[in-house]
Amino acid sequence: MTSSPPSRINVSALAIVSVWTGVLVVFSFWMSRQAYHWLPVQASTAAPLVDGLFSFETALATFVFFGVVSVMGWVVLFNRAEKYDTSDAEPVEGNTKLEIIWTVIPALIVFGIAFYSVRVNQKLAVLGPMEHIHRGDPIEEVGGFLGDRLPAEQVEVTARQWSWQFNYPDAKVSSTELHLPVDKPVTFRLVSEDVIHGFYVPAFRLKQDIIPGRAINLNLTPTREGRYRLRDSMYSGTWFSTNQADVVVESEAAYSDWLKQAATQPLQPGLSDAILEYKQRQSEGARGWPTVVPAPAPMVNVPGSNQLPHNG
Amino acid sequence: MTLASYDPRVLKSNAPVPGAPDNWKRFFSFNTDAKVIGIQYITVAIFFLLIGGLLAMIMRGELITPENDLVDRTVYNGLYTMHGTIMLFMFIFPVLNGLNNLLIPTMIGAPDMAFPKLNAVAFWLVPIFGVILISSFLLPGGPANSGWWSYPPVSTQNPLGNFVSGEGMWLTAVALSGVSSIMGAVNFVTTIIRMRAPGMTFFRMPIFIWTVWAAQTLQLIGLPALTGGAIMLLFDLVVGTSFFQPEGGGDPVLYQHFFWFYSHPAVYVIILPVFGIFSELFSCHSRKPVFGYKFVALASFAIVFLGLIVWVHHFFPSGVPEWMRNLFMVTTMLISVPTGVKVFAWLATIWGGKLRLNTPMLFSLGGLFNFVFAGVTGIMLATVPIDIHVNNTYFVVGHFHYVIYGAAVMGIYAAIYHWFPKFTGRMYYEGLGKLHFFLTFIGTNLNFFPMHPLGLMGMPRRVSSYDPEFTFWNVVASLGSFLLGVSIIPFLLNMISSWVRGPQAPQNPWNAIGLEWLLPSPPPAENFEENVPTVISGPYGYGTGKPLVENQAAYETQSPLEA
Repeated sequence: MTSSPPSRINVSALAIVSVWTGVLVVFSFWMSRQAYHWLPVQASTAAPLVDGLFSFETALATFVFFGVVSVMGWVVLFNRAEKYDTSDAEPVEGNTKLEIIWTVIPALIVFGIAFYSVRVNQKLAVLGPMEHIHRGDPIEEVGGFLGDRLPAEQVEVTARQWSWQFNYPDAKVSSTELHLPVDKPVTFRLVSEDVIHGFYVPAFRLKQDIIPGRAINLNLTPTREGRYRLRDSMYSGTWFSTNQADVVVESEAAYSDWLKQAATQPLQPGLSDAILEYKQRQSEGARGWPTVVPAPAPMVNVPGSNQLPHNG
Repeated sequence: MTLASYDPRVLKSNAPVPGAPDNWKRFFSFNTDAKVIGIQYITVAIFFLLIGGLLAMIMRGELITPENDLVDRTVYNGLYTMHGTIMLFMFIFPVLNGLNNLLIPTMIGAPDMAFPKLNAVAFWLVPIFGVILISSFLLPGGPANSGWWSYPPVSTQNPLGNFVSGEGMWLTAVALSGVSSIMGAVNFVTTIIRMRAPGMTFFRMPIFIWTVWAAQTLQLIGLPALTGGAIMLLFDLVVGTSFFQPEGGGDPVLYQHFFWFYSHPAVYVIILPVFGIFSELFSCHSRKPVFGYKFVALASFAIVFLGLIVWVHHFFPSGVPEWMRNLFMVTTMLISVPTGVKVFAWLATIWGGKLRLNTPMLFSLGGLFNFVFAGVTGIMLATVPIDIHVNNTYFVVGHFHYVIYGAAVMGIYAAIYHWFPKFTGRMYYEGLGKLHFFLTFIGTNLNFFPMHPLGLMGMPRRVSSYDPEFTFWNVVASLGSFLLGVSIIPFLLNMISSWVRGPQAPQNPWNAIGLEWLLPSPPPAENFEENVPTVISGPYGYGTGKPLVENQAAYETQSPLEA
């Protein structure tokens, strides 16, 4: 198999390696296309940027992983010692040229990925979600919408153990279901009343921890109508898992109708699955260990729902 | 078994010697022999592996259905917290310290550790903080339940308000574990620097010694940060200081810096010696020298240096400024360069070798397979925009279980099988070993692969219930975890029965090169005693025919079985 001395160029070996590399390249490309299907629907301006980067790294990852596994597979199949062969193999102790190559090429690839990622980071920063700094790039160039720099719709988000509350200060409306107009930038002001929570909408590909004692701004632009999940992404105690809310992205007309309708509703307790579970748990004798008592349900105009089917 | 079949030095020793008759009780005593301490560490660690694994299986039982229906949510939160804590602080660090104790003195030709009593104290702290940690299950408030990161403020919420709380005991145990590890690190580093056999220059040390040296240097630099952070958090919890409490002017994110300044390097403390194990075993079982020895050795310290400047990648979404995100993304990605050097060197080592697919080699190859998978998902996690999406999801859980279980634990199993004959004087059963490997390899991938699609879909980690769209992959993962639970049975069966009645091991069953293989199996208490060999060549002379030490034949014929 590989017993031929390394100095002689083995044509058939070269052919095998070339064909196999070609197969791997095609397979890696195919995987990079598949990668989009592993992610939730794209519902914000950030999502295509993140997904593009993920698709690119999936291709690289596929090539590296299956490349290494191919070598391992070859060795395991063809370089096994005969049953009673106790002799040693050819003592190859190293090859400085090869070692420099496999240090420098990965380093270049890494810098390439890092450069691409920093670019995407900057675009995301222009779009708003990471940090609200003004940058030189025209907004259209980075795939944003013309409105991205305009004064955004303001929504105040309050996270508690364990419920989410959304206040619309301009419309004087509050809700436990987040409604957003499609293709309009929105600025969230994130505060927590107790512990660290995480504002995470997988369909938006965005996540921001909410640190108690700080108010953190997060900007984004939804791009797809639908009903999505907002999940608490930072462990926040007993009912962490139930700390979810629905995000409804709708047309601007539907959104303003919802706001008008909501403003006429009297305040009522909002959604809090934690409170329901807590009451049931106490009535069953509170097995398990002591827990922090859930905060009272926020008083809101519209509780909304978290039971309807969602798109991601 | 007759006494005549033992090396006379084994029998004359007052210390417990693995494999010698009638001395198992001595393993429960305060003993300063590194080999005894090594076996104490490994045995205690595997005991805690069983406990930690049991907790994991209950968690996977809960997660096999979307609803919260097996254990109360408070119990689930305690289970996942204790699973992580036990596995890291009471299984993986102790088991590696066990291997360090067995292998450092024997591989470098030292009679024992530099500070034998300190070594014993470091070990005996493990059962002490183990008891503290486990007994917190019995408190009225239950054990700690804020995750193994123990982020404030959630970790300082103390619903009962008792002075003694699960969280307080957890912090005490973690601080003690830090003290124990620092004691161990001082010992290992000093021993490696000061006590090598004559002729063993730094560039004649086995790669395992290089990697342990690198890893324990990291312990010394990083651990004070965690231990200090744990003590500050304990103060916040019990005496009402506000280092991390926003209402008192503290900053909860500061704790995250303290925690990850150590706990990221901790991953390298774990994986570096496993890299060393891979280098040793790939070389020995493919009968070829380690490819690019100097590059591989020095890459360990490159990893140490970079490992110290990547910690912020654990909390990219935690309100850190953009320049920090970009900086730490680049440093994190750069780690893949020295790591890649090691991976390529392993491939070049086995390439064209004469492989023997015995249990240690199978575990090494399986570990490498899993490690490369973990590596490519690691690059994705380092990339800030992708990390923002998958941070705190099951993608991260899948990634680090591939590192910790898929690579590190498989490497540790490989090491246990490889050196079992040396330190117990008995051979293990190859069939049971292979069964253990296949169950572990399939179980690991079945358990941890599904976590990646779950994380990409947006399933947060640490949940006790989830939306129904996540059900399929969770069922697969749970079945994998039960298979992993089963996989431990042939391992325990093999270890216990082989040690009790396995066939007696020859001095060098693998025909391996290394000072430890010039000692009898099991080695006497003081290893080479007065006859410390003089090393005259590099550590991996496979195929070169060069002897490792002066007068090698004299050492090779010492074993009564070979004589």
